[in-house]
Amino acid sequence: MSDHEYRPKSKVGQWFNDRLPLLTLANHLTDYPTPKNLNYWWTFGGILTFCLITQIVTGLTLAMHYIAHADMAFESVEHIMRDVNYGWLIRYIHANGASMFFLAVYIHIFRSLFYGSYKAPREIIWIIGIIIYLLMMAAAFMGYVLPWGQMSFWGATVITNLFSAIPLVGEGIVTWLWGGYSVDNPTLTRFFTLHYLIPFLILGLVVLHIWALHVPGNNNPVGIDIKKPSKDTVPFHPYIVIKDGFALLMFMIVFAFFVFYAPNILGHADNYIEANPMVTPAHIVPEWYLLPFYAILRSVPDKLLGVVAMLSAILILAVLPWLDTSKIRSAVFRPLYRQFYWILVADVLILGYVGAMPAEGLYLLIARVATAYYFLHFLVILPVLGFKEKTLPVPLSITEPVLGGSPNLAAARNKESKIE
Amino acid sequence: MSEKKTKRRDFLFTATTAVGAVGAAAVVWPMIDQMNPDASVKALASTEVDVSSLTPGNTLTVLWRGKPVFIRRRTQEEIDEARAVKMEDLIHPEKDEDRAKNPEWLVMLGVCTHLGCVPLNDKGDYNGWFCPCHGSHYDTSGRIRKGPAPWNMEVPKYEFVDANTIKIG
Repeated sequence: MSDHEYRPKSKVGQWFNDRLPLLTLANHLTDYPTPKNLNYWWTFGGILTFCLITQIVTGLTLAMHYIAHADMAFESVEHIMRDVNYGWLIRYIHANGASMFFLAVYIHIFRSLFYGSYKAPREIIWIIGIIIYLLMMAAAFMGYVLPWGQMSFWGATVITNLFSAIPLVGEGIVTWLWGGYSVDNPTLTRFFTLHYLIPFLILGLVVLHIWALHVPGNNNPVGIDIKKPSKDTVPFHPYIVIKDGFALLMFMIVFAFFVFYAPNILGHADNYIEANPMVTPAHIVPEWYLLPFYAILRSVPDKLLGVVAMLSAILILAVLPWLDTSKIRSAVFRPLYRQFYWILVADVLILGYVGAMPAEGLYLLIARVATAYYFLHFLVILPVLGFKEKTLPVPLSITEPVLGGSPNLAAARNKESKIE
Repeated sequence: MSEKKTKRRDFLFTATTAVGAVGAAAVVWPMIDQMNPDASVKALASTEVDVSSLTPGNTLTVLWRGKPVFIRRRTQEEIDEARAVKMEDLIHPEKDEDRAKNPEWLVMLGVCTHLGCVPLNDKGDYNGWFCPCHGSHYDTSGRIRKGPAPWNMEVPKYEFVDANTIKIG
């Protein structure tokens, strides 16, 4: 909590706060000292909170009209689109909201990668973040099944079948997940239940994520430890609140563009055909945000190893704080890491692209090279780089390079131009 | 605390924990098992199909336990092709004689053994089936020949009730 002793002004406030220190908590959140050089990449935490609340509110209202039954689900979604007052709006916000959520979380994750936010003492924040990301993928996958269209049905079939790759117990696990011998009504009702539950689990983890963040405080673009409060910090309110608010507004413009002008562009036309267990669509693709992992799955010719590679690609992130051996956090002062960082960004984008293409010929070759590089980056390049790289000198405070006379002036300026 | 001696209290502590763990497991199991196929799902275990209208070279697809079943009335060329294949050329070696007891009739689950898509009839490099999802090729006996699928398409338990009726399951 706050370093100084907080005391509410009013008698009633004091009486309440002595019994439940909510006002102390509110004061901590308002006065919370924040590095004064946070750039716009740091606004995505707030944007993600907005995304989560949007999904929960629109999800609750959709659940008032949706029917989780294999015979009625598809029809009830069309009922929402055509009959329910503003049903089309709520559903389009919810469906595109999932994409916006992932867009924001990927920027948030890559910001951490660039500025080394996952390093000591912030490992727990990072690991909680990875768990949230995994839960997001589970929620998104199950949510996509609920309209019970062709992509819903076959996506559910393919993804649940991944478990059949497990030796011996695989088939039993798949039957257990399905509650039958194929994806059917029991599968739909349990997916609906879990889809309803997961956002609240995420909400709980977000509280822990922020709690863990408030112990060491924010990392910052320079990546150095700073004294709090000091001339290197500003109070969260109003400085960060206004900055976050402005960024959120920009983000909402993008969000609204998709909802009002291209609500189906991120979806798949086949999902407007009701689920048919007799016919598989010609080309099955997951939603865009899962494509890089899908490409990794398909690039391995063996069924079990493909599944192992895909899961490892995600779980490897959890041990990232120990794979990156460099003591310097920010890529601003790591000239070599900075280049490898951008190669990794390109690598993931390439994986996403080939994940949407048929797994054959040149696409398959590219997917294999990109998959190999992905693991090479985390398992070889990062550990070695920490020992080999000659890093630039790091300033002693955030204020120092700004006031001039610092040997790191060039580096600090360079960083400024990056942000734009 | 330096003296480590098992006391009455240690015994009680261990015994209580053990009984508690057994109790917790007994409560957790029903919560897990409720997700397994229920009695009504299991009751749909068999289905009878009239195949009298099926001419050679055609396939009938029926739904059994929520999964498509291919019933293929094979032509003589298809049978010959399937029986001429050498065992060492197969990824999952199975004789056609074992898969189709009555050579004219091939009955199997129309489910790709890779990730569960439905393969397409009369497609692929081996004149049998082709899975559009991840590119597995099956021959005229439904055996995997090329692609990521690990096994041949599964032959379910079935029997001819009479000349024109197949009972699956």
